Amino acid sequence: MSGDEARMTVQLRRRERLAMTRLPGRVLLYASLSVSAFIILLPVLWMLSASVRPEGNIISHPADLIPTAFTFDNFREIWSAIPFLDELRNSVIFAGGVTCVSLLFDSMTAYALARLDFPGKRVFFLLVLLFLMIPPQITLIPVYQIVAKLGLVNTFPGMIIPRATNMFGIFFLRQFFLGIPEDLSQAARIDGAGEFRIYWKVILPLARPALLTLGLFHFMYNWNDLLWPLIITTSNNMATLPAGLSEFAGTHVVQYGLLMAGATMAMLPMLVAFLAVQRKFIQGIATTGFK
Amino acid sequence: MTRVLGREPALYAKTRAVPPGRRTRWHSLRRSRSLRAYAFIAPSVLIMGVFMLWPLISSARLSFYQSSEFGPETFVGLGNYRQMFGDPIFRGDLIRTIVYALVVTPTTVGLALLFAVMLNRRLRGRSFFRAAIFLPAVLSLGVMAIAWEYLLDPNIGLVPQWLAPLGVSVGIGQADPTIAFIYVCIVGVWKNVGFYMVMYLAGLATVPQDLYDAARVDGASKFRQFRSITWPLLSNTSAFVFIMATIASVQAFDQIYSMTRGGPYFSTETLAYLLYRKGFQDLDFGYASAVAWVLTAIVFAVALVQQAFFSRREVRY
Repeated sequence: MSGDEARMTVQLRRRERLAMTRLPGRVLLYASLSVSAFIILLPVLWMLSASVRPEGNIISHPADLIPTAFTFDNFREIWSAIPFLDELRNSVIFAGGVTCVSLLFDSMTAYALARLDFPGKRVFFLLVLLFLMIPPQITLIPVYQIVAKLGLVNTFPGMIIPRATNMFGIFFLRQFFLGIPEDLSQAARIDGAGEFRIYWKVILPLARPALLTLGLFHFMYNWNDLLWPLIITTSNNMATLPAGLSEFAGTHVVQYGLLMAGATMAMLPMLVAFLAVQRKFIQGIATTGFK
Repeated sequence: MTRVLGREPALYAKTRAVPPGRRTRWHSLRRSRSLRAYAFIAPSVLIMGVFMLWPLISSARLSFYQSSEFGPETFVGLGNYRQMFGDPIFRGDLIRTIVYALVVTPTTVGLALLFAVMLNRRLRGRSFFRAAIFLPAVLSLGVMAIAWEYLLDPNIGLVPQWLAPLGVSVGIGQADPTIAFIYVCIVGVWKNVGFYMVMYLAGLATVPQDLYDAARVDGASKFRQFRSITWPLLSNTSAFVFIMATIASVQAFDQIYSMTRGGPYFSTETLAYLLYRKGFQDLDFGYASAVAWVLTAIVFAVALVQQAFFSRREVRY
């Protein structure tokens, strides 16, 4: 047996591996995966289903997942039931703003850490790693106090500036920049390019996949975040979508269809972004697990 | 971490290689390069200083003060901490946070590993299963918890309706403190399992395939292969995933806010929720800061213990 095995080609071995997984095992595998996937997708499916059903139908047919009655009223009415447009705008500006600013600052700092030499570099990098570990809750109250003292509560700068740099982003990009061959920037340096030009024209274009991944991370995290927007915005028209919808779910006589229509629309950008770059996205997350 | 830092010396070696005659010119060149480097890090340093370092010091100070949004601050020494540990609600929250972490972390990581192993082989519909399991990671927990809440509602929820014919009853649903806590745990697992699965998939990709071939030749069973090859070689990934998962569980907040607001009778209130309630509803900043430090102490303790546990099992190729 072992002698035969050794002589086999890689392809033959692969085919054999497939055949060796016995049929009952495969059925069990598919069954458990299908059940798991269904359970995991259930709230998403229910949300989509409830969003297109009339209120009465949701209450009277609680066991239906596939809608038996259709309406788009929920999607029309949610705009006036809560300040949905404001909340959407706030979410876009907040998540988009943090993403852009943080990508810029993170990459500049990462560039200095990966490519430049300066006194205090090691200490600074250790500080980045230390801050990476600190739970955000601990600084929440003082950060709120500082923002309040600056008079920036309920403003976009107040929401965005405290998040304008991200320790994970710095760390992630530094690791990526270290992997870019030094020769490229040396060549640019000989051509008389300044440090900022090298960073902007040589390094950033090469780091596009990393920037895209990190940008998605930042956008996703802030688009979905609840606690920070909840604290830093007190007026209704500055709330972001998660905060606004949670508030609506908690305080009003609940209209399920309406709420689910709002939730569907809040979820849609992430869903579309995820489906569009799914493979890259998962790969990007996978690579962050290393070193 | 140490491996990452280990790369540095090469950079310093370069500066030492300069001939003595050109020292001064090199020095000024180096100074101007340092200045440029400082310009690069300046924006981040400013933000880190104002919104991280200073708040860290400030929250340590605040925890020894009686302080609210308005009115003067008074020094109370360990008063907040004493009051906190004397408060049955805090003690309950502390225990609940630990129970939540002890339940949710191993469940999430275990399921993530299971899914990763199942989806690491060639399989029809593999990318669909991967995407489906991963999907919750990109969705807002605060928003999706609302959907979960209605899905599990004893009156209009789909899940209790489907379970009823099977003889499973959820009774009064999340009005029951125990069931509410279980729901909060389930949603916590649901949110993160796909994320950690992807990390494990990445880890599995680094396990050399010929080890399995060799094991199969030796007649090792699937379980034996997992125990003797997969699990030990995944210990780097496991260390990282376990630390991340624990830190995330200790800070559980979003689904609790959306589903239960910590209720009924504080049965789902965690330390992170207590921090929010004390700090931003009761505006008792001093007390909330003391809670924050307890939370941080837990996070660091967990990180240290796990670091010690996994560093003995670190694998290098």
